[in-house]
Amino acid sequence: MNILCVIRQVPDGEAKLRINNSKVELDGVTVIMDGMDEYGVEQALRLREAGASVEQIIVLAVGPARNEDAIRTALAMGADRAIHVETDTYLDPIALSKIVTQVAKEENASLVFSGGQQSDWDSQALGAATAERLGWPQVTWTNALELSGETLKGKHDIDEGAETFEVELPAVITTQQGLNDPRYPTLPNIMKAKKKELRKDSLDKYGVTAKLKHVSSNIQVKERMGKLIDGKDPQAAAAQLVELLRNEAKVIA
Amino acid sequence: MILLVAEHNNGKPSKSALELVQAARDLGRDGPITALLLGQGLTSVANEMSKYAEQVLVADLPELAAYNPEVWAAAVTQIAQEGEAHTILVSASRSGREYSARVAVKLDAPLLEDVIKVEAQGNALQGTKYAYLARVTEVYESDAAVTVVSVKPGAYNPAQPASGAGEQYDVELELPQSRTRSTGKVIEKTTRVPLTEADVVITGGRGVGSPENFSKLIEGLADNIGAGVGATRAVVDAGWRPYGEQVGQTGKTVAPKAYIAVGVSGAVQHLSGMGKSKYIVAINKDPEAPIFKNADYGIVGDLHQVLPALIEATRK
Repeated sequence: MNILCVIRQVPDGEAKLRINNSKVELDGVTVIMDGMDEYGVEQALRLREAGASVEQIIVLAVGPARNEDAIRTALAMGADRAIHVETDTYLDPIALSKIVTQVAKEENASLVFSGGQQSDWDSQALGAATAERLGWPQVTWTNALELSGETLKGKHDIDEGAETFEVELPAVITTQQGLNDPRYPTLPNIMKAKKKELRKDSLDKYGVTAKLKHVSSNIQVKERMGKLIDGKDPQAAAAQLVELLRNEAKVIA
Repeated sequence: MILLVAEHNNGKPSKSALELVQAARDLGRDGPITALLLGQGLTSVANEMSKYAEQVLVADLPELAAYNPEVWAAAVTQIAQEGEAHTILVSASRSGREYSARVAVKLDAPLLEDVIKVEAQGNALQGTKYAYLARVTEVYESDAAVTVVSVKPGAYNPAQPASGAGEQYDVELELPQSRTRSTGKVIEKTTRVPLTEADVVITGGRGVGSPENFSKLIEGLADNIGAGVGATRAVVDAGWRPYGEQVGQTGKTVAPKAYIAVGVSGAVQHLSGMGKSKYIVAINKDPEAPIFKNADYGIVGDLHQVLPALIEATRK
């Protein structure tokens, strides 16, 4: 079977963001493969290492030229080859799922991994929308997964807590913390990754346009008061904080 | 019509369902506000919901006893098509964000996801949402004939009952078979106020030191002031506390009146889950901890001394 891992390249969590022309400006910002997607790449590798008959692990990224860095990271982790739909055009998750679906079909994938919520657009829709287009079941927010034959078994988070599940392939799985510990690419593997196939596609091939129009972006920083109390005298500090919470913030009785 | 899918619990509409009613009223778009109830044994929740919505559609079926994304998406899509809904409102719970994406694909409609505000602009809808780990707000617009919107829990105030009683209708649905088998559920139970509904949340980080300290210090203070208890990812990963208490990108998003972070350094992934709290209080011995940059009040000191003093000072 083939596994398709969808990845996004996102700003590093600690990177300082700024707005230019009412959009988040990423030039000069450190960007990395989204951590949530990394769990998917790692899990694909682990399924193969655990003996599943995985022929190819294919990585897909849709976005600007700089996404190549994230793709090379996934290849250096051990994915076999990659497809990069290179575009600067904004696509929302529902529109993007159309590309993922076409690639999954072309590549004869029977398992698609995507992150539970990507840290750039804070969206959880890509996995579910892809599953719907493919007519496949999906399991989101998995934090344990194994494959026996054609059956995936695992555990995932739901509204009320957690649930263990079983689902037959083909399926779409979204990944998160707890599923595994993604490996660091080693230098030899980084070198090897440079020789792996990275196919560049244009957006035209997929006939996809955005369903939503981006209107504006604004940095959200709430001004905080920053009143710091020295805790060397714990009793005095505690009394002062309780006083502030009672009489200034009025949040405790 | 505006169709909203009302989540419910123990025979009552969830708080999020009443928030959706308020979002629908604020939108002021044409047509009646129609609430859809999916589940089994819905009589009491339907009666309650008809105080809020002009129409209540009741799909009371054994196949809907438990949530499933494929089944829920099929149900909502059928009702939206039959009722010619132009706006479909869903709570942005974990399940809501999952099946709403499927509904959008089925209806070939745009999805305004996890919005904190949705407004009509002529025939278009504009939704405001957080992005980049809640460090940015973004506005997106849909000018499609049908738009699916998931609304962040807590973003709207719950609606007050309307004056008249809404009509109730039983609906029939053709539902697909679920292909995912649930083999067991672990339901989170807490005797405390639920994290997402608490006015005050106290969260402990790794700095608390041990599960025993967590019980003694974090729960001790929470008991005194009626607060919900949260934990950082590191604490949950260490197995000290259940996942249901985790606050942050991979856990719950909370925005209480006061958020007290104890021994929490303040990584962006954590801030994205609590940064919208009205007041943020930090207690940490490291004056350089990033959490202090995001705090209204802070104590720079050893939590093992400060917390017992706080527990003493708040003792009833």
